[in-house]
Amino acid sequence: MSSENILVKLDKAGLKQNNKWLVKGVTLQVEKGKIVTLIGPNGSGKSTTAKIALGIYKNIDGNVEKYTNKVGYVPQKISIDWTLPLRVNDFMLLTENLKDDEINNALFLTGVVHLKNKNLGTLSGGEFQRVLLARAISKKPDLLVLDEPVQGVDFTGEIALYELIKDISEKLNCGILLISHDLHTVMSATDHVVCLNGHVCCSGSPKDVARNNEYKALFGEQASQTLSLYEHKHDHTHDHDGEIKKN
Amino acid sequence: MFDDFFIRALVAGIGVAIVTGPLGCFVVWRRLSYFGDTLAHSALLGVTMAYSFQFNIAISVFLISSLIALILIKLQKRTNLPGDALLGLLAHSSLAVGLVVIGFLTFIRFDIMGLLFGDILAVNVTDLLIIWFGGGLILLVLKIIWKPLFASTVNYELAEAEGLNPDRAKAIFTILMAALIAISIKMVGLLLITGMLIIPAAMARNLSDSPFKMVLFSIIGGLLSVLIGLFSSLEFNTPSGPSIIAAALFLFILSLFRIKQSIQLKN
Repeated sequence: MSSENILVKLDKAGLKQNNKWLVKGVTLQVEKGKIVTLIGPNGSGKSTTAKIALGIYKNIDGNVEKYTNKVGYVPQKISIDWTLPLRVNDFMLLTENLKDDEINNALFLTGVVHLKNKNLGTLSGGEFQRVLLARAISKKPDLLVLDEPVQGVDFTGEIALYELIKDISEKLNCGILLISHDLHTVMSATDHVVCLNGHVCCSGSPKDVARNNEYKALFGEQASQTLSLYEHKHDHTHDHDGEIKKN
Repeated sequence: MFDDFFIRALVAGIGVAIVTGPLGCFVVWRRLSYFGDTLAHSALLGVTMAYSFQFNIAISVFLISSLIALILIKLQKRTNLPGDALLGLLAHSSLAVGLVVIGFLTFIRFDIMGLLFGDILAVNVTDLLIIWFGGGLILLVLKIIWKPLFASTVNYELAEAEGLNPDRAKAIFTILMAALIAISIKMVGLLLITGMLIIPAAMARNLSDSPFKMVLFSIIGGLLSVLIGLFSSLEFNTPSGPSIIAAALFLFILSLFRIKQSIQLKN
């Protein structure tokens, strides 16, 4: 892959807050048309890594280079202050001037076009998640960063949205950095998997990662066999500056 | 009835209301009312500086308020004190220092009441030019930074991640606040200027379901407050600044009741 296809590149990137490493030594890159997935247990630094890639943190360790400014972001948590009167339509226009049919099209793809004039505060969790995804894809970004984009979405919707995400990466030829707990989906749709546990445990193609011993140790033997069972056992913890301590 | 000074007061009030409308919405959305107070209190120091050095009041207030905002940002980074404690520290100390300096300037006769509560009826033609040109400039800059400022008001991380540079927008907005206080200090006074920002915006929040509508209603509310306030001030011989704020409060109370339904029906 030639270097001009690289959208974002992390080189030994890490973040230390209050003398504690949230994540350390992450090296990865996202290229056009490829889906890179971050997996790992809670608190393993997935969201932090995504935010480092997006350039949200200023005082990071290591290097990050972002080669595009056309970015769509679906954060894991979003708190919106309801002192703001905000309809779905206003929210779609938040960072980009879109035409009306572009808004309609994006909302249609995620199945929430009927909510266009609803107040954002009245949506359910799953509906809001679909609006977040629609907003991120509507601007036709080069780089999509999706932090658990289908949380709270119903089962059939979840499958449809993952298909949509894969479809978008092909149609727009955009790179996707995905964070997901759904190992089954991850393994079937992803080009590259990075398994985090405060540092990079292992990375590679889904098959390679599934065979990796550290992955097995982290997610359990069964996960590598069925690729669907999400269960992890800790074989190590981290001390205050992120060094690994074997249990 | 329409003496010259009254026309000038109206033109000044209308100019200020058009600017406080949209800025007031951001003050409400971003929870900056105490910050607005701090800048306004520091304006007294700006006024005394203007008298001491024979300087234009608006420019002097703008410079001192911007300086206080800058000091606030520095203090926030250097200390572990909570934001509201820092704001209180700066607000009251700059007010106190301003009053102490006035004590030293015995050779100048200050109209303290006018400074604190406004003296819109003493507005001259220079003041009008400052209000309308300064106000126009403030609105122009606000329009330019609207997208990043609004996006980061909704969610800072989204704005930062999608390359809108929210920190720069926030810094520029702080300067706009200082500029607004500088041009409107003479009209409502430094104790009431935050009311002029917040009350019409709060009234507008009760009537709006989109940010654009809220800005629009906030401007309309501000204009009505100025008109009602000034006319009643003339009629009942009450001070102009407090009359405008009282009119704004009256509109806010109205917005809590029936107006809400009737406007929703129209849409």
